[in-house]
Amino acid sequence: MLQKAFYIFVKTAVLFLLGLNVRRKELLPSDGPAIIVANHNSHLDTMVLMALMPLSRLKDIKPVAAADYFFSSPRKAWLSEHVLGIIPVERTGADKTVDPLEGCYEALAQDKVLILFPEGSRGEPEQMTDLKKGISYLAERFPDAPVVPVFTHGLGKALPKGSFLLVPFFCDIFIGEPITWPGNRTQFMNRLKERFSQLSSEKNFASWE
Amino acid sequence: MKLLAIHWALIGIWALLTLASLVVFVVSKRSSKDMSELVQRTQSWWVMVAIFTLAFLVSQTISIIVFALISFLALKEYFSMIPTRRADRRVLFWAYLSIPVQYFWVYDHYYGMFAVFIPVYMFLFLPFASLLSQQTDGFLKSVGTLNWGLMLCVFSISHAAFLLILPATPESSAGGAGLLLFLIFLTQFNDVAQYTWGKLFGRHKIIPGVSPNKTWEGFLGGVATTFVLAMLIAPLVTPLDLPHAAAAGLLIAVAGFVGDVTVSALKRDLGVKDTGSLIPGHGGILDRIDSLTFTAPLFFHFTRYFYY
Repeated sequence: MLQKAFYIFVKTAVLFLLGLNVRRKELLPSDGPAIIVANHNSHLDTMVLMALMPLSRLKDIKPVAAADYFFSSPRKAWLSEHVLGIIPVERTGADKTVDPLEGCYEALAQDKVLILFPEGSRGEPEQMTDLKKGISYLAERFPDAPVVPVFTHGLGKALPKGSFLLVPFFCDIFIGEPITWPGNRTQFMNRLKERFSQLSSEKNFASWE
Repeated sequence: MKLLAIHWALIGIWALLTLASLVVFVVSKRSSKDMSELVQRTQSWWVMVAIFTLAFLVSQTISIIVFALISFLALKEYFSMIPTRRADRRVLFWAYLSIPVQYFWVYDHYYGMFAVFIPVYMFLFLPFASLLSQQTDGFLKSVGTLNWGLMLCVFSISHAAFLLILPATPESSAGGAGLLLFLIFLTQFNDVAQYTWGKLFGRHKIIPGVSPNKTWEGFLGGVATTFVLAMLIAPLVTPLDLPHAAAAGLLIAVAGFVGDVTVSALKRDLGVKDTGSLIPGHGGILDRIDSLTFTAPLFFHFTRYFYY
C-alpha cells in the first residue's frame, strides 16, 4: 500500500520532470524468476526501473542494494525494506560464514524479479565500470531465469552521486534481449558485457564533462 | 449558447483534420508503400489538436500553462541533446526556473518585463551563475548554447501566449484568442503544405547542405497556400485588413520555413535525426514547434505594431 502510493508519486515525477525514451519495453520480464541487470549512475536508476513496471507487479520486484548504504540507520533500513523492497547485499564481505547473495537466492526461489547493478557502485556518472561477477553466480544457480540487460543514459546527469539538486533531462532506457545461461560463468560475463556495449552504442549521446 | 467566430474556426480545424485523416486512410490502404509514419503523424495531430482545443475552451490561464509546459519540454529536449558541463547543473536549473517566471509576466499582462526578462536579465545572470563554478574550460560555449536555447524555447514561444491576452478590438471580437489561433493554424498548416507540395512536385533542392528533403517547389507551394489562406481566415478571427493579412501570410510562411531549417541545422550539427521521441511520427517537441519559434515573435510584433 505504502509502496504503491510512493510509486504513483515516483511515476508522475519521472514522467513529468525527466521524461523517458524507452526502447523495447516489451522485453522487460513481468514474471519471476528473472533478473534485470542495469548500469548504475544515480539513485534514480532504481526508481525509474520500478516506475516502468505495472503497479500490481511491484511487490514481486526486488532491487538489490548495498547493505552498508541502505541499511546504515534504522530509519533508512525501514524505508529500504518496506517502501523500496530492497534486498541487502554485504559489499564488505566481513562475515565469511554467510553467502552475501543468500537473500537473492531466496527471492529468486520465490519467483521474484531482481533488479541488480553489477557495477557495484554509482561511481562517476555516465561512465560504465567493470561488472562484478556476483550476477554470474545467480545466473548459474537459476539457469532458467532470463537475465535482461537494461542500459540507461541521462539519469546520472539528472541526479549524479553526491548531488541533491535534480535537474531535468530526457533519459534513454534501452532494454536488450534476455541472456540465457551459456554453461559457464566467464562466458556469461562476456556475453553480458557484449550486450551492454551493444546497447550503449545504439545512440550518440550528448557529451557531458 | 451562441457560437462565436472563434468556435467556428475551431470547428473548421476539426473538420479539416477529419478530412485529412480520411485522405490519409484511403491513401494508406491503396498504397503498397509503408505509410505507418504518415498514419502515426496523423494520429498525433488528433491528440495535439484535442489538447489545444481543450485548453483554449477551458480558460486563458490553462492555455498559458500549456504554453509554459511546451517551453519546458522543448528546453528539456534541447538541454538533453546538446553537450553540457557537469559544472553547469545549477545554471541549467536556473534556466528552467525562468520558465514559470516568464509565463507569469504573460499571466500578469506585464509587457515591459515580459519583453526584457530573458534577453536582459537572464542573459546577464546565466554567465554569472556559470562562472561561480570557477571552471573556465568551455565557458563561452556553455553560456552561448544555454542562452540560445532559452531564447528559442522560452522567449520565442512565450510570444504565442502573449498574443492570447491581447484584448478584443472594434474590428475583431475574437481578440487575442483569434490571433493565436490564426498564428498556430497558419504556422502548422504551412509546415504541412510545404511538406505536401514538396512530396508531390519537389524537384529542385533548396538548401541541400542543411535539409536535403526541402525543395523550391515545396517552399513556394507552401508560401502560396499560406498566403491565400491568411487572406481568407483573417477577417474571421483577426482585426487584420486585407493588405496586412497578406503580409502576415507571407511572414508566417517564410519565417516558418527559416525556423524549420534552423532547427535542422542544429540537428545536423549534433548528428541527431529527431530532437526527441515525444510525439509519435513527428519526433520531438522541438521538431513540431521549430517553425513557431520564428513565427510567434515576428507575428506578435507585426500585429502589435499595426493594431495595438
